Amino acid sequence: MAIPKVCGVETEYGIVVRNADLNAVTASSLLINAFLGRSETRTPWDFFDEQPGNDARGLLLGEIRPPEVETHLVNTVLTNGARYYVDHAHPECSTPECRTTREVVLYDRAAEEIMRQSMDKARALLPIDAEVVVYKNNSDGKGNSYGCHENFLVDRAVPFGRLVSQITPHFVTRQVFAGAGKVGCESPGSVPSDVAFQLSQRADFFEEEVGLETTLKRPIVNTRDEPHCDPSKYRRLHVIVGDANMSEVATYLKVGTTAIVLSMIEDDAVGDDLVLAHPVTAIRQVSNDPGLQATVAMGNGKRMTAMEIQWQLLDRARTWADRFGLDSVTVDDGKRILEEWESVLTGLERDPLSVADVVDWVAKKRLVDGFAQRHSLPPTDVRLKAIDLQYSDMRPDRSLSLRCGLRTLVDREDVALAVHQPPESTRAYFRGTCLERFASEIVAANWDSIVFDVGRDPLRRVPMMEPLRGTKSMTQHLFESSTSAADLIARLGDNGAT
Amino acid sequence: MVLRMAERTKKQRSTTSRDPEHTTESETSVKSEDAERLKSELDDLLDDIDEVLETNAEDFVKSYVQKGGQ
Repeated sequence: MAIPKVCGVETEYGIVVRNADLNAVTASSLLINAFLGRSETRTPWDFFDEQPGNDARGLLLGEIRPPEVETHLVNTVLTNGARYYVDHAHPECSTPECRTTREVVLYDRAAEEIMRQSMDKARALLPIDAEVVVYKNNSDGKGNSYGCHENFLVDRAVPFGRLVSQITPHFVTRQVFAGAGKVGCESPGSVPSDVAFQLSQRADFFEEEVGLETTLKRPIVNTRDEPHCDPSKYRRLHVIVGDANMSEVATYLKVGTTAIVLSMIEDDAVGDDLVLAHPVTAIRQVSNDPGLQATVAMGNGKRMTAMEIQWQLLDRARTWADRFGLDSVTVDDGKRILEEWESVLTGLERDPLSVADVVDWVAKKRLVDGFAQRHSLPPTDVRLKAIDLQYSDMRPDRSLSLRCGLRTLVDREDVALAVHQPPESTRAYFRGTCLERFASEIVAANWDSIVFDVGRDPLRRVPMMEPLRGTKSMTQHLFESSTSAADLIARLGDNGAT
Repeated sequence: MVLRMAERTKKQRSTTSRDPEHTTESETSVKSEDAERLKSELDDLLDDIDEVLETNAEDFVKSYVQKGGQ
């Protein structure tokens, strides 16, 4: 049976400094420091178990450069269980681990709110007219990309080769509803005007089917084997192929449909007839075709459109749900994901403009086309690229995506709470609540442990190797009856709460 | 059961999207009202964009340069 799809997203934001002499690293640090405020409440990230060089395919020979771990930059844990840090000259926020896709949307929105508060607080520290602005996109239009990664808990018993071949068709074709849209083209050997408008921010940057890299020669399926939990039972599938979405429903669909397809692979309910012949070629063919008519070569010699592959996956998902149930993604969320999935495919097929309130690329294209028509502009006019960039501007008074009527899924009040409070149904609850209650006694924290200094040697590391322990229902009574970290650790004992 | 529902939905899709001659007059008038509403919404939105779009789009786009990330 498919295991619970604990999931989360990590987003690197584009960053621009106006009227001040700060480089991107300094500006990113300024944002985070401004958000954190008083230094005594900060908890640094613990790099104890970071092993981004481990490859899910096992030991490989040849020239593979493991990604760097930047331990010297600002890197911290928040009371909502999230990680907020500087990564490769970008501010990055990872949501806490979530049990449902709806929670992922909520904490992704909370991360955006954290960015807005960071910009406001940083502005107060800078000279008048100076500001640091962040953009939730994935490319600068000049060949430089930065990611929005998703993470899913996957059963280690699933053969990795099958996981790769069966999830790839979804990664290549889900951009029909999850693409954030882009004016121009950045694929190797192209010039921007080669493609006027494409579905995806990221498709131009993928050069391999499978691999360990995340910054060069990016692969459609990333093999980083760093589970951040019990490695004998679980994988963490690190998905680097997606776009950052402004639409809440698009984020919901991107994460939710992927959680379902991964569950289906665990239950061996996908089949091999949707395997693609040339995934790297296909991901660009799909992205470069807003008409949704292009066909891609299948492994069995046939050709299919991205929409046909998506309809097939949805039909198989319904059959799977009928037979195995929706517990892996939770029943309420699972039903809603299937409904939204069918609705978006139906809309895209009937008239893409009918889903301009859900699909980012459609919403963006509507603005770009409307603006070009109103001002009689050619597709290469720089103002159309400005619309593309400003769509994802995080300032409310400048953001275009906030103006174009995107449907929402979560309440503003809930987002405000999620900036500070952790989700209740994963170990993020334990992490966030420890930080809220005992920050001064915590030396460092990361995804799978917290290190306490309770005033006596040695430091105490509390492991959290099970993502579904440390929940509110398992630990609330311990927090209520503990007055100090030492007290909490004593009560934790061997009761298995974490 | 669920699969049959999905098949039925697909048949409905093909009826609405691929048989334009079956469209009734009332459907046509609803469609044109929809089109009018959408056009007016888009006009308002484009007015808004004219106001908030970066004033020097050329400088903005040119100076938007990022270091590559993950």
